[in-house]
Amino acid sequence: MGEVLLELRGLGKQFSMGGRGTLRAVRGVNLMLRRGESLGIVGESGCGKSTIARMIAQLTDPTEGEILFSGENVTHLDRAGRRRLWRGVQMVFQDPYSVFSPRMTVGDFLTEGIVHFGIAGRSAARAMLPELLRRVELPAELAQRLPHQLSGGQQQRVVIARALSIQPQLLILDEATSALDVSVQRQILSLLMRLKSEMGLTMLFIGHDLAVVRSVTDRIAVMYSGLLVEELPSAALQQVAAHPYTRRLLGSVFSTADRGNKQIAIEDLSLIEKGRQMQGCPYQPRCAEACAQCAESCPQTVDLGDGHHIACFVKTC
Amino acid sequence: MDILSIQNYSVSYDGLHSAVDSVSLNVARGEIVSIVGESGSGKSTLLHGILGLLPSGAAARGSLRLFGEELSQMSAGARRAMCGSRVSMIFQDTGRYMNPIARIGAQYNEFLRIHGVKDARRRRDLQREMLLKLHLTDRERVLHSYPFELSGGMRQRVGIAMAMSLQPELLLADEPTSALDVTVQAQVIRQMMELRQNYGTAIVLVTHNIGVAAYLSDRIGVMQRGRLVELGPAAEVIERPRHAYTRSLLDAVVEINDERLIARHG
Repeated sequence: MGEVLLELRGLGKQFSMGGRGTLRAVRGVNLMLRRGESLGIVGESGCGKSTIARMIAQLTDPTEGEILFSGENVTHLDRAGRRRLWRGVQMVFQDPYSVFSPRMTVGDFLTEGIVHFGIAGRSAARAMLPELLRRVELPAELAQRLPHQLSGGQQQRVVIARALSIQPQLLILDEATSALDVSVQRQILSLLMRLKSEMGLTMLFIGHDLAVVRSVTDRIAVMYSGLLVEELPSAALQQVAAHPYTRRLLGSVFSTADRGNKQIAIEDLSLIEKGRQMQGCPYQPRCAEACAQCAESCPQTVDLGDGHHIACFVKTC
Repeated sequence: MDILSIQNYSVSYDGLHSAVDSVSLNVARGEIVSIVGESGSGKSTLLHGILGLLPSGAAARGSLRLFGEELSQMSAGARRAMCGSRVSMIFQDTGRYMNPIARIGAQYNEFLRIHGVKDARRRRDLQREMLLKLHLTDRERVLHSYPFELSGGMRQRVGIAMAMSLQPELLLADEPTSALDVTVQAQVIRQMMELRQNYGTAIVLVTHNIGVAAYLSDRIGVMQRGRLVELGPAAEVIERPRHAYTRSLLDAVVEINDERLIARHG
């Protein structure tokens, strides 16, 4: 196993709600990512998965805990420190078109980072274009085009190429394939897997689609209401998933194979919001297995071995 | 008799290319038909055409019959009377179609009044009955909320409640779960199945999620570049696809037990 590249220690983020108290978007998250590894974060909207990504990429400041990157504490960096960190951490978002400047050619867009970080001069950077494009399986001629002349899939490939152009140590993908058609999504996922094995890329892959996240990761972290509730190996996801919430997520996946014979339990959606304000485990109002203990305190994370961690009383008491 | 009968139906936005190209499709009472395909395949245009919601520049050809009546021959008044009561539609984000500065209860009330529920007490009861059916137990809070105060999943439930209030014979659904979390998506899908069970509602569902289409539908249609390239019973289309495009689409779906991408780990 590779050395530890990223470590989150008790990481948390509170947002002030302007007179209506505070929102604890992320609470006490401990996570570790080794070089060459691919970690997925899944959960519902508002669970804090994107906030974690934004804190790692220094786009927002944590309110508690620490972030260690390559052994260095990068929790609160000054401007110069941030610039240094961005050389090592790059991020890809859901909507590729919003990342482009509409009048900048693909070539200019791709070389901007290389020049900015002083990796090469402008002309040397242009000479790297065919190779940058080839890496994401695009023809060199695309460098002359404008972003609106590309398809959504091509745009996302270019965005990935730009992120990789400065040879980052960590690539964060936040719902990077969610807006793409299934066939294009699959191509991008395959591309990421190829890049991972060829370049030893370290990836943090955030998404809401369990099947997609599982397909490109080694480990999956499941978040609920700002808490990390379970962490488990991707390959054994279905076999070992033990947290009631992880199992509900798995039960909500529609596969072409389980036609009509799947039972969907009725759920009261107003309970999702209720859990946030309650004492104890935020999942308890939705949880069929909740006991008295769950209402009193929040369960601590327990190591079940084989890379399986869980924060749930039902499984540990 | 078929509730919906589409024959050689084409739609063009620019007079040159067809967004929908000679599509024929019949939907029987109580039947659930899903239309799958990728963006730009014409599946949403087809659905909007059924409700007469195409933009003014669009030109439609062919026949589109609802309850035996040719849509293009119907008066605007007759069409209005039909939409909302006999035919309903739900969209990807119902909240965007709501009035942002009116409470949910007031909008719901207006909707029922316009569609002929004259008695105010009956309107009140109907709202509460529908919200309960859709498992929104916190009904008074929901009705007193403005659209932005509800989560996307709850707004979508309200939208479905409204669409179902008058027990339409046909429900058109355009990506109704695409913007929702997976657990909420499962809930909405269950509710659509209950509609058919309880009221015999026929549903035409447009989705890019083939797993959802496989789960919910009696028949699946596959659209590619405006054409309905395959149409058949759900099990047959999924297990024995005939068209090459259907096969490639099915092949691209990432399944939860998929080992193909995992195997590439180096």
